[in-house]
Amino acid sequence: MTSNRKLSPRDWPSHPSQSDASYKSTLLRAHQRPLVPLEQSLSELTAPVFGHDAVSALDNDLTRNATQDGEPIGERIIVAGRILDESGSPVQGALVEIWQANAAGRYTHLSDEHDAPLDPNFLGAGRTLTDADGSYRFTTIRPGAYPWRNHSNAWRPAHIHFSVFGSAFVQRLVTQMYFPEDPLLRFDPIFESVRDPVARNRLVSRFSMGLTEPERALGFAFDIVLRGPQATPMER
Amino acid sequence: MPAQTPSQTVGPFFSHALTPGQSGYRAVVGNQLADEKTAGTAIRIEGRVADGAGAPVPDAMIEIWQADHRGRYPDGSEGFLGFGRASTDTEGAYWFRTVKPGTPTAAAAPHISVAIFARGMLNHLFTRIYFADETAANAADPLLSSLERDRRATLVASPINGRAIVTYEFSIRLQGERETVFLDG
Ligand SMILES: [Fe+2]
Repeated sequence: MTSNRKLSPRDWPSHPSQSDASYKSTLLRAHQRPLVPLEQSLSELTAPVFGHDAVSALDNDLTRNATQDGEPIGERIIVAGRILDESGSPVQGALVEIWQANAAGRYTHLSDEHDAPLDPNFLGAGRTLTDADGSYRFTTIRPGAYPWRNHSNAWRPAHIHFSVFGSAFVQRLVTQMYFPEDPLLRFDPIFESVRDPVARNRLVSRFSMGLTEPERALGFAFDIVLRGPQATPMER
Repeated sequence: MPAQTPSQTVGPFFSHALTPGQSGYRAVVGNQLADEKTAGTAIRIEGRVADGAGAPVPDAMIEIWQADHRGRYPDGSEGFLGFGRASTDTEGAYWFRTVKPGTPTAAAAPHISVAIFARGMLNHLFTRIYFADETAANAADPLLSSLERDRRATLVASPINGRAIVTYEFSIRLQGERETVFLDG
């Protein structure tokens, strides 16, 4: 995506509705007025360009980027994939940031009150820039599920948070990646907030023997698709 | 053709990754886009994020994207990144230090693009910051002039007098009376 070509709209049926009674925090935080349509201009069609100094060598290896006196505890995994737009074109040089709980389901965050151990060798934050073919790769620890107070006995399925930039500010996306066949998924109001089951399943990574490293780590594949160039009448 | 990946909330626990500072993890970007050496008029933008009950939102992330003082969007070739990120504090307050953007196109008044993320927001929202002292340009701006006066006011940052650097207030109301105008561009 170059040349500031106009982008397709946000595909609202693929996204959650902003207000969702089963996710309580939306009640006072969801807008009530309709969004105001905005003609796309350079403000929407350009985006920050992060140079290679934005990331350092270990930033995409969460098993090594915050160690103090040893390796983090847990199941080592590879999470890799490509950032594409809706036309299938790779988004290159895209900043991808991830954050997650440790193997015990606890975040390195002052306001996480879950009674589970912190891991002194695991921060749970990483970042990378995509290659020319839009690919990214992280090494990390499989996160644990954790409880939250949305409803009685509420548990978040294991997930990794993703933040992605495209080449246009309106391609910005923050999402969460889940793991295949997790029995908690169908009880999770955040996952279920995407009503279309086909769209929802795009949030679930795929186990990949190809990404799995012998004697070292299981591999999970997760591609992310951002808004793409607007189809012209000729292309329709 | 591949289809869009759904959005999910940023959740409450992003700051150790996205807006570090105390955690020891280096930040990619922070809330100070400019310093004394940056060309243009230094400005500070500050405000609060409030929910539908008027309570502060202490776990929001605000991102801004803007043109430089000449109205050009940075392409990575010069020092000014044009992008900043802040998280709100316990009072729902945030601030940025930057330079006032120039006019990006003849049709639009100077403005800063804003993206808002928070726990309880399943999709991030976009809005824009305009400047109250750009009266003539604002009157000609196609977006501002399409809005009713009450709604338009939610997009216009007002100067705060008596500060060492030019300071504007821009607060965000996620819901209810005086709800900020959110944009679908
Ligand atoms: Fe989480």
